[in-house]
Amino acid sequence: MHTKTARDTVTAYLFILPALLFMVVWLVYPMLSALNISLRNWNLMPDAASPFIGLANYLTAFSDQVFWMALKNTAVYALVTVLGQLLLGLIVALMLEQITRGKVFFRTLFYLPVVTSWVVVSLLFKFLFNSSSSGLINYFLVDMLHLVTKPVSWLTEAHTAFVAIDTLGIWKGVGFAMIIFLAALQTIPEELYQVASMDGASSWDLLRYITLPIIVPTVIMVSVMLMIGAFQAYIPVALITKGGPLHRTEFVISYMYSVAFQDLNFGYSSALAYILALLVFGISRVQMRLTRANALKS
Amino acid sequence: MGMKKKRILRQVIFTLLLCVGALATVIPFIYMISTAFKGQVYVFEIPPRLIPEKPTLQNFITAFSSNNFGRYFFNSTLVTVISVLGILLMASMMAYALARYQFFGRKFLYALVVFFMTMPAMSLIVPQFILAHTFQLTDTLAGLIVMDIAQNLPFAVFLLKGFLEDVPKEIEEAAVIDGASPWAIYWHVILPLARPALATSAIIAFLGAWDEYVWASTITNTPTNRTLPVAIATFQGVHTTNWGLVFAASLIAIVPVLILFISLQKYFVKGMVAGAVKG
Repeated sequence: MHTKTARDTVTAYLFILPALLFMVVWLVYPMLSALNISLRNWNLMPDAASPFIGLANYLTAFSDQVFWMALKNTAVYALVTVLGQLLLGLIVALMLEQITRGKVFFRTLFYLPVVTSWVVVSLLFKFLFNSSSSGLINYFLVDMLHLVTKPVSWLTEAHTAFVAIDTLGIWKGVGFAMIIFLAALQTIPEELYQVASMDGASSWDLLRYITLPIIVPTVIMVSVMLMIGAFQAYIPVALITKGGPLHRTEFVISYMYSVAFQDLNFGYSSALAYILALLVFGISRVQMRLTRANALKS
Repeated sequence: MGMKKKRILRQVIFTLLLCVGALATVIPFIYMISTAFKGQVYVFEIPPRLIPEKPTLQNFITAFSSNNFGRYFFNSTLVTVISVLGILLMASMMAYALARYQFFGRKFLYALVVFFMTMPAMSLIVPQFILAHTFQLTDTLAGLIVMDIAQNLPFAVFLLKGFLEDVPKEIEEAAVIDGASPWAIYWHVILPLARPALATSAIIAFLGAWDEYVWASTITNTPTNRTLPVAIATFQGVHTTNWGLVFAASLIAIVPVLILFISLQKYFVKGMVAGAVKG
């Protein structure tokens, strides 16, 4: 008699098979294949040899100025947009918790950018930040607020182009952070606040000593997710600046893409992909550690 | 009395601040809508208008008549529907096995799912492109479906497995006693139970497939194989862009998503929160 476990194992694998097959062919195999490609001077011709060159592609990255610039751009974008989304998302969530009317209305509005396609919002921001005096942002700054004297040509210089791209990144993600924070805030028992209030705590005290400490793990979790998202941001660069001028607005991922599909250097591109994936894993590991350390402390 | 006054004042201030935030969120959309209804000569008028002076449907007509937009809409719909159905079926099967069976490799398989959830999707694009080329899937809608499934499958498995683990086993035990086969239990008991999680997975997978741009723009060449995001991006001209046309097309593409989101908000939010809390 075959044991129940043996039969269970067969049944389980039959249920898993279709999904597993998909993942093995389109995710696991490509992951191993990318490693292989990254160690070779990859030749696009199907029958030509692709000589093994060890870590040469990885070493190329270290002396490639464009790579370092792209890495710096990615890091700055991640830092600015993650902080912006966290801070604004938290403020909005805290205010929404306090008001009695229009909660659902505001929540829906703030969430609209999150569900709108990156292609659409990237083109929209390109249009809003266009350099003429009829561009909406220029019009606000020059004619309404008088903050600058003449229209800014946002997208032709790297640092001003990043103002547009970073603003887009924050604008699109505030609603996501807000939703998660709202969920976390709702788990805090009302009695906690009532007891503290009776002891004479001000609303500022409540925020500082009850609300914030309780949602710290959520803040870290959201920052991990936002960070992973920020390192994957490709469409804004692809559609707003195309990485230009002279690769100066490139992110690691957009540079990886252009190395692959414009320079047709698959080997180097795969090395860049691995470097990026390792970076993302490293960062999320560190942030997870922080969560755990925090959980142990409390 | 002072306390109550203070509370009302705070409500008013917060509501005002939220209005400012909501305006900053919504004005770009309003401007997009108004530009979609403007003729090209009015797009760069000074001062810019949030409400068009002479609204016109011309951009929408151009999108459908001279730009094959109906075809792109059809392509996007076809690719998205097949992908979502495929994801729901395969993910729920795998999630059922992971949640209900004890077997060798279970932990490893689940770790694999979580691993690919956090992996930057684009980082595998080179080998995936070579693979698609080998299978002759480049420049086909099938090639798009396959990748939409691969990219959105892990999160759906994760979501459904989490949901099924919280469902009490007693419900299906009656079916086991009645001698129902594993497939019958999955199909007649588990799937109906998992409806809320299936809805959430469907919405998230729908969004992923409907908005997918990078892979589609990489492997499609023929205009008749374009999906909406790819088509919209190509409306952005090399020298001059007909912004009215771009935004008319954009509106057509995002309206189904917005309707879906607003009517199924509850499920959507649940999925996002589950991903954040458990991930």
